[in-house]
Amino acid sequence: MNKKGKIADSKADIIYPIVGFIAFFLVISFLITLIIDILIDGFEKLVDPSFYTSYPSRFPEKAGILSGWVGTMLVMAGAIFWSLIIGIPAGIYLEEYATKRGIIGKIESIIELNINNLAAVPAIIYGLLALGIFVYRFKFGESILTAGLTLSILMLPVIVVNTREAIRRIPRDIREGAYAVGATKWDTVRDHILPYSLGGILTGLIIAASRAIGETAPLVTIGALTFIAFLPPAPFVSEFPFFSPEKAWELFMSPFTVLPIQIFNWVSRPQAAFQINAAAAGFVLLVLTVLMNALAYYYRQKVRRKYIW
Amino acid sequence: MLSFITRKKILDRLMLAVFFTAGFITIFITIGIVFVLLSDSVKFFQEVSIKDFLTEKEWTPVFATKKFGVWPLVAGTFLIAAIAMLVSIPLGILIAIYLSEYASVRVKEIAKPIIEFMEAIPTVVYGYFTLLFVTPILQKIVPNLEAFNSLAPGIVLGFMILPYTASMAEDSMKGVPQRIREASYALGATKLRTAITIVIPAAISGIVAGFILGASRAIGETMVVAIAAGMYPNLTLDPREPIQTMTGYIVQVALGDLPYGSIEYLSIFAVGLALFIIAFIFNSIALWLRSRIREAY
Amino acid sequence: MVMANFIIDSIKSLFLGATDKSMEEIKSKEQYGYKMEGDVKLDIKELNFYYGEFKALKNINLKIPTKKITALIGPSGCGKTTLLRCFNRMHDLYPGSRYEGFIIFHPDGINIANPHIDLLDLRRRVGMVFQRPNPFPKSIFENVAYGLRVNGVKNKKLIEERVEWALQSAALWDEVKDRLNDNAYSLSGGQQQRLCIARAIAIEPDIVLFDEPTSALDPISTSKIEELIMTLKERLTIIIVTHNMQQAARVSDYTGFMYLGELIEFDKTQKIFTVPSQKLTEDYITGRFG
Repeated sequence: MNKKGKIADSKADIIYPIVGFIAFFLVISFLITLIIDILIDGFEKLVDPSFYTSYPSRFPEKAGILSGWVGTMLVMAGAIFWSLIIGIPAGIYLEEYATKRGIIGKIESIIELNINNLAAVPAIIYGLLALGIFVYRFKFGESILTAGLTLSILMLPVIVVNTREAIRRIPRDIREGAYAVGATKWDTVRDHILPYSLGGILTGLIIAASRAIGETAPLVTIGALTFIAFLPPAPFVSEFPFFSPEKAWELFMSPFTVLPIQIFNWVSRPQAAFQINAAAAGFVLLVLTVLMNALAYYYRQKVRRKYIW
Repeated sequence: MLSFITRKKILDRLMLAVFFTAGFITIFITIGIVFVLLSDSVKFFQEVSIKDFLTEKEWTPVFATKKFGVWPLVAGTFLIAAIAMLVSIPLGILIAIYLSEYASVRVKEIAKPIIEFMEAIPTVVYGYFTLLFVTPILQKIVPNLEAFNSLAPGIVLGFMILPYTASMAEDSMKGVPQRIREASYALGATKLRTAITIVIPAAISGIVAGFILGASRAIGETMVVAIAAGMYPNLTLDPREPIQTMTGYIVQVALGDLPYGSIEYLSIFAVGLALFIIAFIFNSIALWLRSRIREAY
Repeated sequence: MVMANFIIDSIKSLFLGATDKSMEEIKSKEQYGYKMEGDVKLDIKELNFYYGEFKALKNINLKIPTKKITALIGPSGCGKTTLLRCFNRMHDLYPGSRYEGFIIFHPDGINIANPHIDLLDLRRRVGMVFQRPNPFPKSIFENVAYGLRVNGVKNKKLIEERVEWALQSAALWDEVKDRLNDNAYSLSGGQQQRLCIARAIAIEPDIVLFDEPTSALDPISTSKIEELIMTLKERLTIIIVTHNMQQAARVSDYTGFMYLGELIEFDKTQKIFTVPSQKLTEDYITGRFG
């Protein structure tokens, strides 16, 4: 290398960090612009309390997100419920129970490969799955139940990966300590594996939920409505036992709308006034996402400090 | 009455069955996807020949003379993904080199979650931002840019997939052993030269795998394109014109109240099948590339 | 059809496990020739052990005496820990382990190496203390009570008594009696290891296995643990694996020297360390290798 080349090279190490930082700064500016843009666009509605307590309307100034956020909460509750009974146990099985031998081992590697592949399937395909299976073949209709199931499938890969990582952090000494005094596998899982990995598992659940809460495409596909001027029935009654299974079923089978669907609907309308609503609802959704991610981040740090093996 | 130990053993077996069942159920998701896509696509292809689907150049399912040539949708999908990659690859590589070779630990600790957050933002919010902020600004720069176009969504998707292009590239560059870098520094090479001639070639499998996953994500993305790219199946390479992607078409049909079993209803499953196959191929290539990294070190 | 049966069998064995025959049943079949000899606790005959294809233990023959301390020494990788972990079948937690031969557990005459024995019962009767202190991240009390709880002891008073007794036996009671509800990780390394000993003896096993119990500890903690082990032999049969020859010489009554998966020599500790009969043993003890 000649002398000139060397000088050019050493200059590169001074110039490059600046170039690289500018590139990164571009990303931050993009993010900040996005946040400020929707905040400014939607500000007028964000500070209006009736926006949060009104149903959608033909008149932009009257329209609100009541049925949207109630629907989002109900659908997410369903998605989290299914994740708790399918996603987390599946992750526990793969990490803690899998024997990796014989025909069962074959099934296990199929389950594992399958979950890795599900992570790469476009979200809208899950919408088609739900439309073809839950809506038409299982006859669940375009309901809260269908929506919860659909989102839980979307959350599955994230939850399985996080559950497995959380369990993997527990050293095998701890397991052996339990087995050495005569604990069964379930004793060990219940008394040790679950309590010590719970923080990590919940972090995964929050991250997965923060992705699912903003999902729009699969819910459009299964026929989420945009105009819902009523709330689903509460499953509570005034007489003992204060809970009515029929009403609960009615709740699960109710048609629904969610915040992202409301935003999509408003943004697609030609009247500019609806775009204010879209921006305001978008900001609400963004705040929810940020809060959930921050909670997961904070919780993860806390859990890592709690058990230092 | 069974003894405590017997009950404990029965419970243990029962819980094994419960956990195994939970794992086993997940297989049915894939089976369900393949079943739904295939069975409804087969019905579709009974009315529209596969030959027409793959050779016709027009996609006009709502016209009186329905034509089902998938190419306009595929072209729209790949045009947007290509624009996204044109934005994301240079930006991602610049950031990845900066973070892995130059940035301090503190900068990295802040930068990584921010980049990861790009994918956590609800896509419908990106859609709003694209249609009502990015496009109007671009219209001032790019002449004849229509209100619906593929340029603006492409650029925004380029940012959205940075977790794959920048963050995953950074991860694989970080995985290159320090001793390889030190060998280069010892010969008097600068950090930048080392990064370009040593680190990137060593980490190339992981970097490319990230690009491919990013492209796959851009191809499957729905809301940004449904909101900002238009609903007009258009066999064009001009990024200023409105187009329609495969995902955009599925949303458009789903928004209408479609009768079960109608040709439009069936067509979204055929398009979905094509999309699924594309995503599957991309993912398989990425997985194959990543398995090569594990062999390397 | 064959395939279907195979699948059904596999699923059955997954859910039901290899049928756990009671110890009594197995005992009656295998009693031939292995009547209790004097005060032998474990009678190991022609034991081979495999990790997958790899033969880790080769034809081990050994009698472990009751209520004595038996040390297993040898260079790292010689199979001493592998042998120890056969005695409570810890290897079974990981796929690919296989036993051949006999480990007769007296006085019942059960063969520990039999794949069908009840592992829960075995592990209740053969306790273990590990290389690194591995208390559970729970309270001190819960750590000791855990073995009682999983073995079905529900009486609160009884649990309290047994925890106190175990902690006293492990010479830890005076140090922790005022803070039984503190997390076990607040204890020092040596205290943690004594807690693990208390956890192991709380369920009153016949045998306690020590796998290099002091390798992670400082000299003062080490000598405390050694003293403790020596007092425990009044009640228990103890088998200890150690990389530290002085420790074997100090605490044990019998010593086995292992090399490359074989038991080279087994005798009274005093004899092993003064007049070993094998050249290999002598070379190891005098520090020529290992």
